Amino acid sequence: MATYIARRLLWVPVLLLIVSFITFALGRFGPGDPVQILLGQNFREDAYERIRKQQGLDDNIAVQYARYIGNTLRGDFGESYQYRGRSVTDLLKNKIWISAQLNFAALLISISLGVAAGLFAALKQGSWWDSAMVAFTLVGQSMHVFLTIPIALLIFSLKLQWLPTHGWDGFFSTSIILPALVLGIPGVAIVTRLTRASTLDVIGQDYIRTARAKGLPERLVRVRHILRNSLIPVVTTLGFSLAGLASGSFIVELYFGIPGVGLLTIESLFSRDYPIIMAVTLLGTTLFVLANLIVDLVYPVLDPRIRLGGDFVAG
Amino acid sequence: MQGDAQSLQLPDTDRRSRGYFYLSLRRLSRKKLSMACLTIIVILYGSGIFAPVVAPYGYNEQNLSIAKEGPSLGHPLGTDRLGRDLLSRVMFSLRTTVIITVTSLVTGALIIGVTLGLIAGYFGRMADGIIMRVGEVTSAFPDIFLVLIIVATVKPRILQWVRGFEDATGIDWIIRLGIVDYTVISLALAAFSWFGMARLVRGQVLQARENQYVEAARAMGSSTRRILGKHLLPNVISPVIVSVSAGLGAVAGAEVVLSWLGIGIQPPTPSLGVMIFENGNISVLRSDPHLTLVPSSVLVLLLFTFSLLGDGLNDAFNPRAR
Repeated sequence: MATYIARRLLWVPVLLLIVSFITFALGRFGPGDPVQILLGQNFREDAYERIRKQQGLDDNIAVQYARYIGNTLRGDFGESYQYRGRSVTDLLKNKIWISAQLNFAALLISISLGVAAGLFAALKQGSWWDSAMVAFTLVGQSMHVFLTIPIALLIFSLKLQWLPTHGWDGFFSTSIILPALVLGIPGVAIVTRLTRASTLDVIGQDYIRTARAKGLPERLVRVRHILRNSLIPVVTTLGFSLAGLASGSFIVELYFGIPGVGLLTIESLFSRDYPIIMAVTLLGTTLFVLANLIVDLVYPVLDPRIRLGGDFVAG
Repeated sequence: MQGDAQSLQLPDTDRRSRGYFYLSLRRLSRKKLSMACLTIIVILYGSGIFAPVVAPYGYNEQNLSIAKEGPSLGHPLGTDRLGRDLLSRVMFSLRTTVIITVTSLVTGALIIGVTLGLIAGYFGRMADGIIMRVGEVTSAFPDIFLVLIIVATVKPRILQWVRGFEDATGIDWIIRLGIVDYTVISLALAAFSWFGMARLVRGQVLQARENQYVEAARAMGSSTRRILGKHLLPNVISPVIVSVSAGLGAVAGAEVVLSWLGIGIQPPTPSLGVMIFENGNISVLRSDPHLTLVPSSVLVLLLFTFSLLGDGLNDAFNPRAR
């Protein structure tokens, strides 16, 4: 077990090195001269040469890459091309905070609605409520933000005029409701299905019958014995959904004009702002790989039947 | 007894494998929901493949006098702001979906994924190590980020080369027909989808190669290729079928996202992503919501039917897993 964890952890930096090199090489291969992006349309020849030298773009690509990695290890992601004079770290800090708030709100919606719906569906197994929830989990998972966004906007912003169509005013404002909702809907479906399945599993266990037989009030049985045990598999999938949430997130940010990481990344992709693209790739990959690692490590703790180590199966 | 020979496990391997397939398909055909999904997928893909024949109008046929009309007899789904028939545009967009999903799945998941999975699982050691490490790198990028970067950086370069090639040779249809777009996007999506399949096949092979019939085949002097193709491949084929159905939905969705961002399929070649982008702003939504809702609904219908069909296939091909 210990060697397995050590091997997995040692693999992470190697993985990041390779991923960053691929991104770096693709950035150099792609169109757009970094100096021209820095200088804009009108520039003089000598300024061009000076900046080129100053940025070290005349060096061999391997040298440039090594320098980049060296700087990155010191926590310096370089300067943005499009926002001149602003460091990438500085730019990203704000954006990450905004995106994190949005994703947290979406996650909150997914978990609270999902757990409640799944629990009730399982406790009322076979009722119309249960059937409706099962149908919802099937449809909800395929609900692409491309459909939920226009529908949500039509109903809540244009028809009822309750909520703003776009913008960002922080976590405690009405502008977060719609984006978080559309981002959270597929998660609600997943959490509902998981909670329902695991609750049904737990309800059939002997210790539930024992708890009822010894005369515990039904409320206590539900909260202490059923809910607590049925939440275990739900918790483990949180790692996955955290990583998965980020994907729909940039579409939502673009649609609603939320100045988060997603919007910045797409902007940078179009303006060939490679320092930002590199930084986002590195941070995103780290987060994604670590989330998968944690899920892999937590699973065997919860389910001892899963054996690690013998076969190096990485997520 | 005699009449029910299909369900018996006959000792002859060739007959038995056909029987398993037949039984699975028969199980699938009894599921109404799965058959309904299959029908919808066939209709959607069929209207994409035969779009030039069945679409009532061309995808770029403009008629400004009937712009932004609602559904009518002549235009069942209405027209967009340039008076183009929405139904025809959806059909031609589905053609894009068909091309992208089929090419990237055949190259990525089926050819690369299954082959590398078989190799990794059967040979183990070095081959396994290299294939799995490379796969982990491609899947370490969050979501479709790798596809995004590849398409954004590689496509402009290739377009440049092809333009030079067109100028030099006088050929002028490569870019116009969107062949560069299709190729780059399919390959980028293949790079994104092969590893899931390879990992799945590898896992199956790891189990299957321990079977005695594999050992027997090896003892009888069968070639490695024969063991892989004749004895191992049929054993891994059913999970492959199940995951292809799920994979098609993911690839179709990714293409729509790329095209929506403006780095995928370029207009005038139609794509659901392009249609959603063109009609996605709030003023269009206010005045003509059907322009956004129609392509989005088609996308969701596609994703939904693929995921339901995947569930059905899973039940039909792995009946013991329930």
